[in-house]
Amino acid sequence: METNQSISIKNLALSFGALDVLKDLNLDVGQGEFLVLLGSSGCGKSTLLNCIAGLLDVSDGQIFIGGRNVTWEEPSERGIGMVFQSYALYPQMTVAGNLSFGLKNAGLPKAEIEERVNRAAKVLQIEPLLSRKPAALSGGQRQRAAIGRALVRDADVFLFDEPLSNLDAKLRADLRVEIKQLHQKLSNTMIYVTHDQIEAMTLADRIAIMRGGQILQLASPNEIYNRPANKYVAEFIGSPTMNFFEGDIVGGDGLRFSTGDQFFPLEGYEFHNGTPVQGPAWFGIRPEHMVTGAEADTAAIRLNGSVELVEPLGSDTLARVAVAGRSLWVRMDGQALVRDGDSVTVGFDPARANLFDKSSENRI
Amino acid sequence: MGNVTRASADVQVSPVPQEMTGPRGPKPRTVLSRRNIMIYGTLIMVSLYYMLPLYVMIVTSLKGMPEIRLGNIFSPPVEITFQPWVKAWAEACTGLNCDGLSRGFFNSVRILIPSVLLSIAIASVNGYALANWRFKGSETFFTILIVGAFIPYQVMIYPIVIMLREVGLYGSLTGLVIVHTIFGMPILTLLFRNYFASVPQELFKAARVDGAGFWGIYFRIMVPMSLPIFVVAMILQVTGIWNDFLFGVIYTKPDLYPMTVQLNNIVNSTQGVKEYNVNMAATILTGLVPLTIYFISGKLFVRGIAAGAVKG
Ligand SMILES: Nc1ncnc2c1ncn2[C@@H]1O[C@H](COP(=O)(O)OP(=O)(O)O)[C@@H](O)[C@H]1O
Ligand SMILES: [Mg+2]
Repeated sequence: METNQSISIKNLALSFGALDVLKDLNLDVGQGEFLVLLGSSGCGKSTLLNCIAGLLDVSDGQIFIGGRNVTWEEPSERGIGMVFQSYALYPQMTVAGNLSFGLKNAGLPKAEIEERVNRAAKVLQIEPLLSRKPAALSGGQRQRAAIGRALVRDADVFLFDEPLSNLDAKLRADLRVEIKQLHQKLSNTMIYVTHDQIEAMTLADRIAIMRGGQILQLASPNEIYNRPANKYVAEFIGSPTMNFFEGDIVGGDGLRFSTGDQFFPLEGYEFHNGTPVQGPAWFGIRPEHMVTGAEADTAAIRLNGSVELVEPLGSDTLARVAVAGRSLWVRMDGQALVRDGDSVTVGFDPARANLFDKSSENRI
Repeated sequence: MGNVTRASADVQVSPVPQEMTGPRGPKPRTVLSRRNIMIYGTLIMVSLYYMLPLYVMIVTSLKGMPEIRLGNIFSPPVEITFQPWVKAWAEACTGLNCDGLSRGFFNSVRILIPSVLLSIAIASVNGYALANWRFKGSETFFTILIVGAFIPYQVMIYPIVIMLREVGLYGSLTGLVIVHTIFGMPILTLLFRNYFASVPQELFKAARVDGAGFWGIYFRIMVPMSLPIFVVAMILQVTGIWNDFLFGVIYTKPDLYPMTVQLNNIVNSTQGVKEYNVNMAATILTGLVPLTIYFISGKLFVRGIAAGAVKG
């Protein structure tokens, strides 16, 4: 085993009866890395996390943590701390009791338990709450206490299962920042499950996009955003979702993408592995890579349409524009004065597009 | 911009805002509405219907025999006497013994306490294991247990007599305790399993990560969280076992009869005049234990039933 690998999962499979939730899954997580498992509900993220934690018996494969094969080991022996979506604080114990429960089970001396609890409470700023019961805490305080319970274990690996999903938007953003700072301070390995792409993009060193129990792409947030490995990832990341044109890549004088009666020249497009391909394909372009107004006049591709719907967000304005019988989302300046019914010209540079094979839906 | 100004102008059409004069604050309620009369009338009728027999029992038990012979069962006692209560408790004869219900009371206590503790202890662990530790064959085990809940008692009476006789426990209190424990098992296990299944799974997972084992999680996490369901189970068992007559008659002998069997023997004794006041006092005495339990734990009972017993 390589030494800088914190977690290594080899050919992992797990099934509930006839339902194969995880299939031949391989994953390596580096020491101190913040890995986010991202995917829609039911794709097997929690199942994978529970396998790593030892809360589920795997059907096949191996799990290594810190170079040690822990496949058959109890959760408490794996050197992990875990934080759950529902906080999962023991309701009859105080916050201090919650934090020290695992340490008492491990038989640590009293003085050390106290010291560790106080240290964790200080880091998370929950010192005044130590003597309270969970019922007397707000959602944000509960999740802090739950993180504290993982913290006191001095674990090498932290596992988070959608820890912020039960919080309201403001608190979620605050705690997200705190978790990031915590990682910077502790620099231990973290695996973080979420279905929220904002959380994934902001927190992750690398994101693993999961679907149907498999990892579709494992890459940095930047790579995932700019070079999605397939159409599913391209659609999953970004909001509003990427606009797609269906058509063909055709040759002639330089490669072009033909859709309807339009041709998008592909000179600037960076093909996957540098090998240009021809044939049926999807042409995807993100709403934020489309321009309107004066900028559109100088764009490589210009399309005329009319605004169907406007969503002002303050910082940005999203507009759905009907172009040649199809709808395109466009992200505009927050101060843009557009109203439904307005006719607009949208423009974009095909070099920023993402092309996917029509049948395999993989990046080309 | 034109659209925006037009839209905002449309909103304020009427110059006098209606909300200055219209209804405001809490809606007034009529106390003597037809609906209230119906509801409270029905409730009072039903309460009377249930309270009346109790009233008759209490007043009769406080009368002397001459007063009872007047035949007016609803009239309150002219002269209050506690003699019937004393007799029922300490002097009434059943068979050979003439020490009243007290003997039966202490027999019942000696049956009740171990049966309740044992059945609840075993059933709660059963329910916990079934809900949280899916072991091989746990579904089958659970199914068998549920089927057990629907087998009529009568079918099992004689086989159990034989089994107890074979192990030398027939006619002893220990034997009866075992019988009560076994017969309480299906319904109690179901009760506990459903309650524990409603405890969030993540709590259980967190405890496992924290290094707690089977018993650690049971005693430190599950039991402290589940007071209401333990109260429900206790009430079910206390009332069920205290009120049991059939098993008491079958599996014990006259010296060891529980209170209910003794009550029957007192009330149905054929010698002498029927002492209604003593019978009433004896009946109330016998019912006192379940009654007390209800009063003490009424609120917890309702909470526990709502929390776990009803959910599938
Ligand atoms: N204990 C279980 N028994 C049977 N199926 C399960 C169980 N837990 C999860 N599943 C199924 O496994 C799939 C993945 O679940 P999960 O890992 O919880 O998804 P998510 O990505 O939303 O966390 C889902 O289809 C779910 O229905
Ligand atoms: Mg999940």
